[in-house]
Amino acid sequence: MIFDDTFIALSRLQFAATGMYHFIFVPLTLGLAWVVFMMEAVYVMTDKVIYRDMAKFWGKLFGINFALGVATGLTMEFQFGMNWQYYSHYVGDVFGAPLAIEGLMAFFLESTFVGLFFLGWNRLSKRQHLTATFLMALGSNLSALWILVANGWMQFPVGAEFNPETMRMEMASFTELVLNPVAQVKFVHTVAAGYCTATFFVLGISAWYMIRGRDLAFAKRSFAVATAFGIASVLSVIVLGDESGYTLGEVQKVKLAAIEAEYHTEKAPSSFSVIALPDDKAMERKYSVDVPWLMGVIATRSFDEEVKGIKDLKIEHEHRIRQGQIAVASLDKLRAKTATDEDRAAWEQTKGDLGYGLLLKRYVENVADASDADIAAAVEDSIPSVWPVYFSFRIMVYAGFLMAVLVATSLALVIRRTIQNHPRFLWVIVFSIPLPWLASEAGWVVAEYGRQPWAIGEVLPVFLATSQLTATDLMISLAGFVLFYTILLVIGMYLMVHFARKGPSSLGTGRYHDEGRPGHKAAN
Amino acid sequence: MMFEYETLKVIWWLLMGALFIGFAIADGMDMGVGALMPFMGKTNDERQRIVDAVAPHWDGNQVWLITAGAAIFAAWPPVYGAAFSGFYLALLLVLFSLFMRPTAFDYRPKFSSTRWQTSWDWALFAGSFIPALIFGVAFGNLLLGVPFRLDSMMHSHYQGSWIFALLPLLNPFALLCGVLSAAMLMLHGAAWLQWRETGAISEKARKVVPYLGLVVIATFAIAGVCVWLWIDGFRLVSQPDPNGLPLPLDKEVVVAQGAWLDVYSREPLSILAPLAGFGGAMLAVLASLARRPAFAFLMTSVTIAGVILTAGFSMFPFVLPSSIDPVSSLTMWDGTSSYMTLNIMFWVVAIFLPIVLSYTLWCYWRMWPRAGENIEPSHY
Repeated sequence: MIFDDTFIALSRLQFAATGMYHFIFVPLTLGLAWVVFMMEAVYVMTDKVIYRDMAKFWGKLFGINFALGVATGLTMEFQFGMNWQYYSHYVGDVFGAPLAIEGLMAFFLESTFVGLFFLGWNRLSKRQHLTATFLMALGSNLSALWILVANGWMQFPVGAEFNPETMRMEMASFTELVLNPVAQVKFVHTVAAGYCTATFFVLGISAWYMIRGRDLAFAKRSFAVATAFGIASVLSVIVLGDESGYTLGEVQKVKLAAIEAEYHTEKAPSSFSVIALPDDKAMERKYSVDVPWLMGVIATRSFDEEVKGIKDLKIEHEHRIRQGQIAVASLDKLRAKTATDEDRAAWEQTKGDLGYGLLLKRYVENVADASDADIAAAVEDSIPSVWPVYFSFRIMVYAGFLMAVLVATSLALVIRRTIQNHPRFLWVIVFSIPLPWLASEAGWVVAEYGRQPWAIGEVLPVFLATSQLTATDLMISLAGFVLFYTILLVIGMYLMVHFARKGPSSLGTGRYHDEGRPGHKAAN
Repeated sequence: MMFEYETLKVIWWLLMGALFIGFAIADGMDMGVGALMPFMGKTNDERQRIVDAVAPHWDGNQVWLITAGAAIFAAWPPVYGAAFSGFYLALLLVLFSLFMRPTAFDYRPKFSSTRWQTSWDWALFAGSFIPALIFGVAFGNLLLGVPFRLDSMMHSHYQGSWIFALLPLLNPFALLCGVLSAAMLMLHGAAWLQWRETGAISEKARKVVPYLGLVVIATFAIAGVCVWLWIDGFRLVSQPDPNGLPLPLDKEVVVAQGAWLDVYSREPLSILAPLAGFGGAMLAVLASLARRPAFAFLMTSVTIAGVILTAGFSMFPFVLPSSIDPVSSLTMWDGTSSYMTLNIMFWVVAIFLPIVLSYTLWCYWRMWPRAGENIEPSHY
C-alpha cells in the first residue's frame, strides 16, 4: 500500500481545523452554563429580579454560542468514520464506547434541557427551571468527561489488548479505560479551562459596561459572580495543568521532552526553559533562559529522577522498532495460520512493540525487509517537530498565569467595591477576552501535535489510520467545512457583538440602559 | 445476567433498529416540520409559530442521530468505518445541511427583519429536507450494496474515484427510497402540526396529510416491487459460528434476485413490518381527515417503525452488503465489537435509555400548553 503524504497531511489538517473550530465554542459552553446556573440560583434564593435578568441575558449569549457548538460538534463524531476508516476499525471496540456513552448519558441531558432553559421561563416553576439549567450544565460537563476519556485513551491506551485474529484493539478492562489517569487529569484541566473562558467572557463584557457607565448594578453583579467563579477556575486550571505535567512525565515522555525541547537528558532535576529557540537539526535549545530544577520537580515530583531527552528516547525507539519488526512478522504468520510455536513465543514477547513495527509501513510493504535507512527514518518519525509543541505550551502556560493575575486583581477590587473606579484595569480586562481561547487552542496543539506520529499512542501510527480516499475528496470537504464554518462564525460573532453591545436591554424588560428612549424598539 | 455472544449480537441488531426508529420518530418529526414550514406558513408570524411547535425539542431529538452514530461506532466498528467513508460525499452533504438547523432555530427570532427571517427559513428547510432525503437514498443504496472491499488487514477500499461517488448514489431506486423517506418524515411532521397547532396552520396540515400519505404508500409499494422483481439481494450461504470471533471474510455469500424477500417465507411474522408501514399510513390519513390528529401522529410513528423494520428485516443478517465483493459484506454476526464491549454497552443502554425516555416525556409534557392565551412565548 502506498501512503500519499499530501493525503495524510490533508486528513490531519481537516481534523485539526474542524476540532479547533469546534473548540472555539466548547469551552464557553462548559463554563457559561455554570455561571448562568449560579446567577439563577441566586435569583431563586433571593428573589431579586436582577439575577434573573442576568441569567437570561448571559443565557442569550450562551445560546448564540451553543448553536455553533452543536453544529460543529456533529462533524467531530462523523469524521472518525469518514476520514479515519482504519482507525475506526482498529480501535472502535474501545474508542467507540465512551462516545456512545457520551450520547446517552450527556448529550441527551444537555440537549433536552437546553430547550427548557431557553423556552421554559414562563412555563416552569422557579425551582423546576433552575433544575433544568442545572441538568443542562451537568450534561455539557459530562459530555466533556466522556470525550476526554476517549481522548485520554488515544494518548495513553490502557485497558485494551490487540487481538491478532480480528486485527484490532479490543477492550480488556472498562474500569481501566474510565479511570485512565491521563483522562481524569485532562478532564478536570479542560473543564477548568472552560470555566476560565466563561469567566473572561463575562468579566470582559461587564467591564465594558462599567467603562461606559451603563447598567452598573447589572455589570457589577455579573462581574462579581464571574470573579468568584474565576478565581476557583484559574487556580484549578493551573494546579491541574501541573498535575498533567506529572502524568506526562510518567506516560508520555516524548511529549514532555518536546514541551521542554530537551534534546539531551539533563542531570536531575532538570530545568524549565522559559523561552528559547528549539533547533531540531542541531538538536539543541538555542538562547534558552532556564529556571533550574523546576521541570524535574513538576514532571517527576522528585529531585533525583531524570526527564529523558529526545536523543535517548530515539535510542529506545530504535530498539522498539526492531522488536516491532519481529512482532509484525510473527503477526503475519499468526494471521496466515502458519505460525510455529517459536513464532507464537516471539509474538508474545514483542507484541507490545507492534505499533513501532507498523511505523515502518510508511517505507516498506514488508516490514521485515526494512533497511537500516528505513529504520533510521522511522526513528525520526517517532518524535514530533519540537517547536510547535514547545511554543504552544508556553503560550498556554503564560496565558494561564496572566489570567490568574488578572482574576486575583479583579477579586481584590471587587472585595474593596472599587472595581468601577479603575477604567484602565477594566480596559485590560476587556482586551483579555481572547486569552482563554488562545490558551485552550494552544493546549490542544500541545496535546494532539505532541502525540504525533501516533493516532493511538504507541499503538497505531496516524498515516495508517486514514480512509482510502483521495486528496481531492479531502480538499473538497475541507474547503466545504472552512467555508461553512467561517460563514457561521461570522454570523455568530455578529450576533454576539450585537447583543453584547445592546446589553440587558435586549431582554426588553424596560429596566435597562437607553430603554424607553424615543425610537427604541423592543427586541426579542 | 450473562448473555451468549450470539444473543448479544441479536440484541444489538435490535437496539440499532430501535435507535434508528427513535431517531426517525423524534428528529424526523422536526425535520418534517422544517421541510413543510416555508410552504405552510404564509406570514412571518405563522412561520415562527410552526418553528415554535418543535423549538423546545429539536435539539434533544437530534441526539438520537448522534447516539445512533456513536452506537454504530461502539457496537459495529467495521460498519461505522466502511459505511461512513463509503458514503463520504453523501454524509458531507448531510453534515453541511445539519449545520443550518441549530443556527436557524436559534438565530431566526433574533431580528425581526423579513430578509433575515426568510433566509433562516430556507436554511431550516434545507437542513431538514436534505437529510430526510439523503437518509432514504442511503438506505436504498444499502439494499443495492455499497461498492467497497475489505482487504486482509481490514482496510476498506472503494471502487473508482470517490470524487464522483455521489452520482452512482443517486440512481433511480435510491432516489425512490429518498422520496419515501422525505415524504414519510413530512407526513409525520404534518400530523404533529395538525395536532399541536390550532386554526389555519392545523387546517393546512390536515390538507397535506392525504397527499403525503399517498406518496408514502405509493413509493413504499413501488420499492417493494423493485426489491421483488429487479434488485439483487444477498444470501448468506455459510458463516463461521455466530458465537465465535467476528471475522467478516470467513463467510460465503451469494447474490440472487429477490433474495431480500427470503425472510418473509422463512419467518412469516416479519410480514407485520411492511403491513405496519402501509397500514399506519392509511390509518394516519383517515384519522387526520376525521380530525383525530393525536391518533394520526401515533399512526405515522407506526409507519416509520414499519418502513425501517421492513428494510432491516429484508436485509437480515446483512447490515452493509458489498456490491463489488459480496464476501466483504458486513453482517450483524461478523461486523460487531468484542463480547466485552457489546455486553458493557448493552447495560449502559439498558440503564440510560429508560432515563432518557422519561425525562424527554417530562419535557414534552411541561412544554405542552400552547403559547397564546396564558403563556407568553419566550425566545432564545
